[in-house]
Formats: sequence, C-alpha cells, structure tokens
Amino acid sequence: MNMKADVTRRTLLDVQDLHTVFEKDGNEVHAVNQVSFDVKEGEILAIVGESGSGKSITAMSLLRLIPSPPGRIVGGRVLFNDQDLLDLDDEQIRRLRGRDIAMIFQEPMTSLNPSLRIGRQLAEPLRVHGSVPKEKVRERCLELLRQVRLGDPEKRLDAYPHELSGGMRQRVMIAMGLACLPKLLIADEPTTALDVTVQAQILELLRDLVRANNSSMMLITHDLGVVARYADRINVMYAGRIVERGTAEEIFHHPKHPYTLGLMESMPRLDQAPGSRLTPIPGQPPDLSDPPPGCPFHPRCRFAEARCRSERPPLEQITDNHWKACWVDTDAKR
Amino acid sequence: MNASVEPAAVTATPARPAKRRKPLPKPLAFCARLCRERPLGAVGALICLLLLFTGIFADLIAPQGYNAINPIDRLKAPSAEYWFGTDQLGRDIFARVVHGARLSVIVAFAATTLSIVISALLGILSGYFGGRLDMFIQRLVDGWMCFPDLILLIVAVAVLGPGTWQIIVILGLLFGISGSRIVRGAVLSARQNVYVHAAQSMGASSTRILWHHILPNVMAPLIVLYTTRLAAVILAESGLSFLGLGIPPPSPSWGGMLSLDGRSYMFQAPWLAIIPGIALTVVVFGINMFGDALRDMLDPRMRGGSGRYLARVKRAIGV
Amino acid sequence: MGAYVLRRLLALIPTLLIASVIVFGVVRLVPGDVLDLMLSENAYSSNAPDDRAQLEKALGMDKPLYMQYLSWAGNALRGDLGESLWRNTPVTEEIGARLGVTLELGILALLIALIIALPVGIFSAIRQETLADNVGRSFSILALAIPNFWLGTLVVILPALWWGWSPPTEMTPFFEDPIENLKTFLVPSLILGTSLSAVIMRMTRTMMLEVLRQDYIRTAWAKGLRERSVVLVHAVKNAMIPVITLVGILVPILFGGTVIIEQIFRLPGLGQLLLEAVSTRDYPIITGVFLVTGVVVMLVNLIVDLCYGYLDPKVRFDR
Repeated sequence: MNMKADVTRRTLLDVQDLHTVFEKDGNEVHAVNQVSFDVKEGEILAIVGESGSGKSITAMSLLRLIPSPPGRIVGGRVLFNDQDLLDLDDEQIRRLRGRDIAMIFQEPMTSLNPSLRIGRQLAEPLRVHGSVPKEKVRERCLELLRQVRLGDPEKRLDAYPHELSGGMRQRVMIAMGLACLPKLLIADEPTTALDVTVQAQILELLRDLVRANNSSMMLITHDLGVVARYADRINVMYAGRIVERGTAEEIFHHPKHPYTLGLMESMPRLDQAPGSRLTPIPGQPPDLSDPPPGCPFHPRCRFAEARCRSERPPLEQITDNHWKACWVDTDAKR
Repeated sequence: MNASVEPAAVTATPARPAKRRKPLPKPLAFCARLCRERPLGAVGALICLLLLFTGIFADLIAPQGYNAINPIDRLKAPSAEYWFGTDQLGRDIFARVVHGARLSVIVAFAATTLSIVISALLGILSGYFGGRLDMFIQRLVDGWMCFPDLILLIVAVAVLGPGTWQIIVILGLLFGISGSRIVRGAVLSARQNVYVHAAQSMGASSTRILWHHILPNVMAPLIVLYTTRLAAVILAESGLSFLGLGIPPPSPSWGGMLSLDGRSYMFQAPWLAIIPGIALTVVVFGINMFGDALRDMLDPRMRGGSGRYLARVKRAIGV
Repeated sequence: MGAYVLRRLLALIPTLLIASVIVFGVVRLVPGDVLDLMLSENAYSSNAPDDRAQLEKALGMDKPLYMQYLSWAGNALRGDLGESLWRNTPVTEEIGARLGVTLELGILALLIALIIALPVGIFSAIRQETLADNVGRSFSILALAIPNFWLGTLVVILPALWWGWSPPTEMTPFFEDPIENLKTFLVPSLILGTSLSAVIMRMTRTMMLEVLRQDYIRTAWAKGLRERSVVLVHAVKNAMIPVITLVGILVPILFGGTVIIEQIFRLPGLGQLLLEAVSTRDYPIITGVFLVTGVVVMLVNLIVDLCYGYLDPKVRFDR
C-alpha cells in the first residue's frame, strides 16, 4: 500500500467529462453525467456506488461496449496513453479490447458461453490479438489457469462452463482478462455473485496478479469493505456523477460527502459498539430521467440546505488528496 | 466486513401523486392499448371483425347466393357488374367469396371451439390429476403428434367421407389433441403455485380448486390458443378443399375455388386463381397479427424470457 | 454421447408402438365396415354372402381385433404391409417407388428454407431496425399468411399467362439425369421452402436477439473479437439450439406440404399415392402410407434430438 497518493506516477487513463445517455420510453436517462477521473499506472482505483449509480455504465463506456441503441456516449474524452478512445474507429477499438484494456464482468454464471469449452474461450483473446504464437496457445492457457489457482488445469480446458462452480468460473474469467497482460483491467463487481469466503480469495488473487503484471485495475463495486482493503484511491458515484474522491485512507477515515457518510454508517464495522444499530440511507436513488433540481442527493440528505435544492455543487478539491461535491461542511454539522 | 449497501428496490421510481383520470371500461381500454402498442394487431382485429361481419350478413351483401348459375356470363373479367368476375358456370365470384367467408367463419369457429374444449379437457385431466393417467395421455399424444396434420386429415376424411360436419369434427379432434399440451403446461405451472398447495391443505375439494385456482390461470393461454387455432383451422380446411377432400362443391370454400378441378379455366380467367387466394391470405394475416398481439398482451408467460427456448419455439409456430 | 444415442433410440420404441396402434385404430375402427365398402366397389360386384366370408377370411378380419392388430404389426415389422386391393402389388413396393420423390422434395425444401432463413434471420437480428431487417420481417409475415397451395397455383398460372412459361411437370428419375431431375424439383421445393423459411426466419431472428443480449456475448466483445466471430462463433451456435427444435416440429408440417405440392406439380410421390388410394379406397395403401409418414417423422425427430445433443453440451452430459 505504499503507492497511495503517489502523484508522481504517470497517468494511464484520463477520463474527462464522460457523458452517456440511454433512451428509455422516449426519455433521456443520463446514466453517466460529466464524469472525470484518472487511473495511474500500477494503481488500483475503485468506483463505489449503489447499483444504478452509473458505475458499470462508466466502465462499459470506456471500452465502448454500451449497447446502442438504446445507449449513446454523447460527450467527453477517454484518453488512454494520450489517445482518445472515443475517436477510434470500430476496428481500432476492437484491437484494444482484451489486449490493452480487459474487462471482467459481475456475473460469472452467465458471462461464459455455455456451448463452448473453457479452453476455446480462454484461447480466444490470445488468438485474436496474436499475443502468443499459435503452437504456444495451449501452454499459455494452462499457465493462466495455474496463475488463477484453478486445480487440474488440463482437465478444465476441456470442460464446459456448466461443469464449473461460480468461483471457478470467475477464476476463468480473470484468466481470460489477464491473458494478454493488459495495461488496465476493469473488474466490474467481480465478486458480487460469489460466496463470502470465495470473494476474499478472488480479490486477493486479482490484486496479486495485477501487481505482478504491473498493470492497473479499475475496481467497480458497491461494497465499501472491498474498497477499503484493496483500493489505492476511491471515487464515489451517485446518480451518474462522482460526488467524492480521495485516497482510500482519506475516504474511509474522513468521509466528507453525506452520501459517503451514509454508506459508512450503513456498513457493519468492528470498531462499532456492540448492539449499536446500522443506519440505512433513507429513500431511494433518483429517477435519472427526471433528476431532482440542485444536488441529486438532497432528497435523501439529512444536511440538506436551501442551496442544495436549487444549485448543483461541483466537485471541488478540499485537501491535497480529497475532492467532494457538496455545499455543506459536514464535519461542522456532525 | 463485506457490507453491502445495495438497497432492496433500486429500480423503483420516486412515488408521484397518481393522476386522477376516469378509467375506461375494460374492453375499450383493451382496444385503446391494442391500437397504441400493437397497431398491426389492431389492423388484424379489424380484418377479423370484417370477416365476421361478412360471414354473418352474407345473404344481405350478396343476395343472389353462391350458386346462381348464369351461363351467358361465363368467365367474365372483373367489372362494375361483377366486381371479382365470374367463373366457368357464370357464378359471381364476389358472391362466392362472400359466402365463402360465411363458410370459413362457421368451420373455423365450430372446429376451433371443439378443439379448445378437447384441449382443455385433456390438458386439465392430464395436468391436474397427473400420475398414471397423465403418463397414458401424454404417450398417446406423443404417438398422435408423430403424424403430419394433413396426412391425418386425409386419412380421416378417407374414413369418414367429405362434408362440412365431418371436417369440423376431424379438425376439432386433430387440433384439440395437439393443443392439450399447452393447456397441460399451464395447469402444471398453476398447480405448483403456493396458493393451490394452501387451498389443498385447507381441505378444498378438487372441483373447487380447479374452478377457482386452475381455470383462471388457464384462461389466458386458452384465449391465445383459440386465435392461433382459428388461422390453422381455416388454412387446413382450405387445403383439404383444395385437394377435393374438404367441403364438397358447390359450397363456396375458398380452398375449393382454387382447386385443381378449375385449373384449366384459370389460364383463361386468372382472377379465378387470384381472388380467393387474396381473401384467404388477408384473413390468415389478420388472425395471425391479432393473435400475436393478443398473446403478448394477455399471456406474458408465453412471451418467454431467457432460457425458455422451447416455449418460444412453440409460440413462434403457434403449436 | 453413445449412451445418449442409445437412450434416444430406446425412447422411440413406445412411441412407435402407440403410433402403430393409432394407425391401426383410425383405419379399422371407423363407422361403416371396410368390408362393405370394398364389397360395394365394382371389383367385388357380386354381393354373395360367401364372397363376404371369403374376403373376411382373406383379410384376416374374422379374428378378434387384437389378433388382427398383432398379425398386422408383426407383418409390418417384417416389412410386409399387405397388398394393394386393386393392383395386387405389395404396399411396400408401391411406397418404395414413391418415397424417394417425397423425400427429395422435402429435403430440398428444407435446405432451401434454411438457406434463405438462417442468413436473413441472423442478419436481421444483428442489423435490427434497418431496411434489410424490415424487409425480412415483412417477408416472413407475408409468407406466413400465404397458403402454399395458392402460391403453387399462381406459379403455375401466372408465368404461363405472361410469358408462356410453365414449370416442368415431367419428372426424370434422379439417377438418370440429375440436372433434369433437379430442374423439375426446383420450383416445387422453392415454393415449399419459402413458406417454411418464414417461420424459421422469424425464430432465428428472435433467438439471435435473445442470445445477443446475453452476458457471454458482452464478454466476447470485451475480448476484442471481430463481429464475425462474435456472431458466428458465440451467438449462432446458441441460437441454433431452439431453431433445431423448431425444424423438428416443422417436419410434419413439411410432410403435409409435400402432399399439396406433389398434387400441384404432378410429382409421383407418397402424397399422390395417398390421394389416389383415398379416391379408390385402397385401405392397405392408406394404412401403409400413414404408418410410413409417422415412422419417417419419428426418425427425423431422432436426428433432431441428436443434433440437439451435439449443440447443447448440457443435454449430452446431464443424467
């Protein structure tokens, strides 16, 4: 964890004002609204939020995997090694997918093709990007399966997905994501569908492999516990926007945005007095086709002031490594 | 430590004051929905209504009847006098098509109703009582469904002889047996529902459970089955009549009007071949479209989701 | 896989048994004695009582019904389906001479249907809501409504009227001159294939759309695969599973279609044999054709099941 807040590292991915909308019943839903963030080389960056906050859509927008229609990226820039991914043509972005930026999805049960053998699916990124000479593909696949600590790799190559457990499938997905040694790995809720015991194993594995490959990772999750343990920096998303950003330590120990505060309070902690109650955030995330005026969180916010209802707060830097989008000084009010 | 902050209902939209509007009566509301959501279905419904109207008022629309022979006007092309022309006996094709609609309506509704009754009885018997009876019925249906519809129909006509009521009985039986599968499926899924278990444990009688719990669940698939069957029956009847095994002449069956007997005249008078075919196609198109729309609106289960491949297969061909 | 094939073969036996009972039952248990019918035909014009007894004995109809069934089924198993009543040729011989034509027509039609339906259906799905998609969908809606006997009639009549061209009706055996033979079959199988392709196309499109929404397709895109690989490798195989099922369900319908098409284009196939037999009341032939169609459908369903096993690994390994 020595890399936290290391500002000297080179920026690998620089997302500026990303804006993705979905067409729904004739309305425009702003799923990702003017989102900016960056990922440094060798860093694990987390994006945290409830489902529907736009974090998965953000991830898919980066690789232009948004189903269109109904989705559309309407603005912004996604600079990867100083090249705007939104400017690339279909063929160029295709070459980049799986080779430079790989992605792991949240549903291991359905993310593998049920009618193809594991070996075939695992070999695909290697073959299509020509990362390994043809005769070495099988060897590399075995190596990958060993790396993700899947027992009996020879046998697994000939297995079909339905013969593997959820955890095993997610390991296969990770192996597939890492196959071409991508510079950036996007892991979208990689452990949500798994048992708690398996979750920790998978995350450790992910972190170790990413570090070993000297890659960066964008970890997308709704689980603050995960974030605290594995991420270097955190972006908190709410209603399609980033509302707070900072190093993991800062966010975890000095949360400033009421939403982040709410997340922390709704989470069981070991340092809590036994018997004390968890406080869930009241209400529900807003309808993004018709968001409330002002700060999108104000209807659920216990600190909300008059200004919050009319004016949307911008994301502003408050310390060296801490940004928040809120009008209220929550520390003073607490 | 892994705490989830996922709220239970994330898709719900914030509550809004409900707009107060006078609700339309049910059938009217249904029509409005049909027009809005499935315009092609509305067109189909219109065609079905037109067919019904023509069938019922055939005597008023074409008072001369379907068999008024007029030897002087043989094989006349369509004109102001004879809208659709005349055939080799000088009969007005328009009158024959109109009365053919009546015949189609009679055969279609009678045979379909019969088939639905058979499907419902077999399906409920098999699905609700299960066990050996179910086994037995299902094996019989398996065997029955090995035979192509048309071959079964031809053999049955060979045995019973041609004629309107024979056709109705045969078609009703044929489609009734194959349709029982769909009803059985619906009964099985309804039976699994918790409330039926509850009702059973409270000591409700079988008939009561059937009437109050099973039947309401089977109604939607039955209605959908009814519409798809209407088209199938009309096509089957016209196919049989085309082969000369359906409703014997001079009855004006659309299929019969196209039959091989009249082939030699069709070269001189192509309208003989065109008009009845158009009538048939338009009607089948209309019923198909209406049936599709009805299915999507009434029976979302038959719409299928992922993994319900077989249901979709069956739906696509209306089995 | 071997065990799977064996299991499927064993499952065929009870179905075959029931189907044979149905064949026997439908033809025998009819109102109106077959004997009376036969005696009233001119071949047995003298209506003497000993004639009847003689005939009864000759056909084995003096024995109890189950004995009749057993001896009939036993003979059928040995490939003996009796003799034609009027021609005194073995039924198997008559059927053998005609089966080839029907199979050729059916297989060609199915091939044509698949060749049209699969690419258009797949393309329609990956280019949803484009002009091509709409054209494809309109075609299938239309083709579903047009009865094949009308389409066949039009193809015979209209080109003859406009250009003096009519499809060949003289059939050349395949092994004499394959080219000429295929020329005869081209138009009939095109007509039959077109109406089949509508259903398959619609199904292919629906299933492709369903599959393209799946998570593993997103995974395939994320790997950087080309569109061709995503569609052909990842989507099509999964979409084909239900389409194969559909083909199995369509085979009986296809069989019915051959009867009509053979009649229109005067192809000497099973359908024509059946219709001839119906008009002359040649019951052994009717029974034989009836049974053979059932068996052919069963065999095709077996093949479909095996394809299913090949495409869907779960089916192969489960149980």
